[in-house]
Amino acid sequence: MKTEEIHQTLTARLGDAIGALHAETIDPWIEVQATAIVDVTRACKEDPALRFDFLSSLCGVDAGDSIFVVYHLYSYALRHSTVLKVKVPKDTPVTRSVTGVWRGADWFEREAYDLFGVRFEGHPDLRRILLPDDWEGHPLRKEYVFPSHYGGIDNTRDYNI
Amino acid sequence: MATLQTVEMELNMGPQHPSTHGVIRFILRTDGEVIADCKPDVGYLHRSIEKIAELCTYNGFMPYTDRVDYVAAMNANHAYALAVEKLAGLPCPRRAELLRMITAELGRVSSHLISVGTMAMDVGAVTPFPYALRERERINDLLEEICGARLTFNYHRIGGVGWDMPEGWDKKARKFCDSYDKILDEWDRLITKSHIFVERLAGVVTIPAADAIDFGLSGPNLRASGVDFDLRRDEPYALYPEMTFAVPVGAGAAGVVGDSYNRFVVRVQEMRESVRIVRQCLSLLPATAGENPVPKPKNFKVKPNECYVRTEAPRGEMGIYVVSDGSDKPWRYKARTGSFTAMGAVQHVSSGILIADLVALIASFDVVAPEIDR
Repeated sequence: MKTEEIHQTLTARLGDAIGALHAETIDPWIEVQATAIVDVTRACKEDPALRFDFLSSLCGVDAGDSIFVVYHLYSYALRHSTVLKVKVPKDTPVTRSVTGVWRGADWFEREAYDLFGVRFEGHPDLRRILLPDDWEGHPLRKEYVFPSHYGGIDNTRDYNI
Repeated sequence: MATLQTVEMELNMGPQHPSTHGVIRFILRTDGEVIADCKPDVGYLHRSIEKIAELCTYNGFMPYTDRVDYVAAMNANHAYALAVEKLAGLPCPRRAELLRMITAELGRVSSHLISVGTMAMDVGAVTPFPYALRERERINDLLEEICGARLTFNYHRIGGVGWDMPEGWDKKARKFCDSYDKILDEWDRLITKSHIFVERLAGVVTIPAADAIDFGLSGPNLRASGVDFDLRRDEPYALYPEMTFAVPVGAGAAGVVGDSYNRFVVRVQEMRESVRIVRQCLSLLPATAGENPVPKPKNFKVKPNECYVRTEAPRGEMGIYVVSDGSDKPWRYKARTGSFTAMGAVQHVSSGILIADLVALIASFDVVAPEIDR
């Protein structure tokens, strides 16, 4: 099934929770309300016409004032794929966790939290995964400034040696 | 008589433990030898490759992809090249695509040799590992001759390869392929069919197909659980539709489908198929003589767009998500890797198993730290 038809199927089932279809990119994507992401992904997984049993990837993308959380889904049963995106504002980057839908989402969400600061409500163990626990800031945000010190150690280089 | 009081113990495994394949730490809660809970602690090898991508031009980032998985750098090169070609609508000459597939499949054999060799070593069979390294050396020699490097190759390019193959290289590659089936027969006698080895791994940490999909396991780990799926065949890219090859799936010949032994066997069988693919590519090469596989090294800009390209890397699905913003640098580069999801599954499948079997599990997942941490 193409993303266009998937968009229709989801809209028929969930109405306003499903945002616009963006077909201008190579992989078309569907915008989803943050509050509805659990219902939408569950419908994606359980609807007999969709059956997205596999969360291929979940990651953040900086979008200026906001952050996109991007879900790449695939169905082994029906051999089709689609892309969902949730937009969250940078100052309150909160969405819902889909760990209850796919257990594989656990580490992906921790990574998006670590690198973008997105908080996934309902995640069983949301903490940093790649960076040290005491790291400040979320490096994949475009406004991130590389720290000059970490743990009392100077990170800058003296090029005049 | 008073009841013997026992308490759970918290135990650190790693980050420098020899079985952790790089630097990975596990925080175990154990009841004697039995694991109650296992929390992997990763990130020791994080080099912010995804952040670096945003600072490099599209071509300039290629050497960094080597470091995403330095045990199978060719495959990481290939995935990135394919993703940017799709994003920017750039063609790749047929000769270059054949060379990329040959080197990527040799890379897969080389990577699987490390995987099956260390897996045998981790559960106590030390002898096979040097045999695996012996063959890996031959592949390294071939790859060194074509690109000058033995580990981080930086050979593939967006729209081609860095260099055409040297004169007579295809004959050497064919010679390697012709000898390799015998090597695998030897390998089977040496370890795959070894009664002690089979008994050690059969039935250890069995993962049913539905769980494997739910955890996001991919590649050989998924196929070992009985899911007949290979991106090269089912979501084809490059020139794989022209190739004839089988997809080995865990059949439970010894033990049960989805156990550690099946994860081992699937990889051994895959090496045979990779060599088959290399042979087919080699026989298609002469028809492309005279074609220039080397693209002009120039900077380019990509209109705002995005795409996600999934490739079959040795450690499972390597999905490259690239977002462009009109400049000559990627706005976002994300690598979804097989090791990341496999390590994420460890916590879910390791409660109730023995500590010794955790070692077998990690080895059978074939995780490498650079691919988890990036």
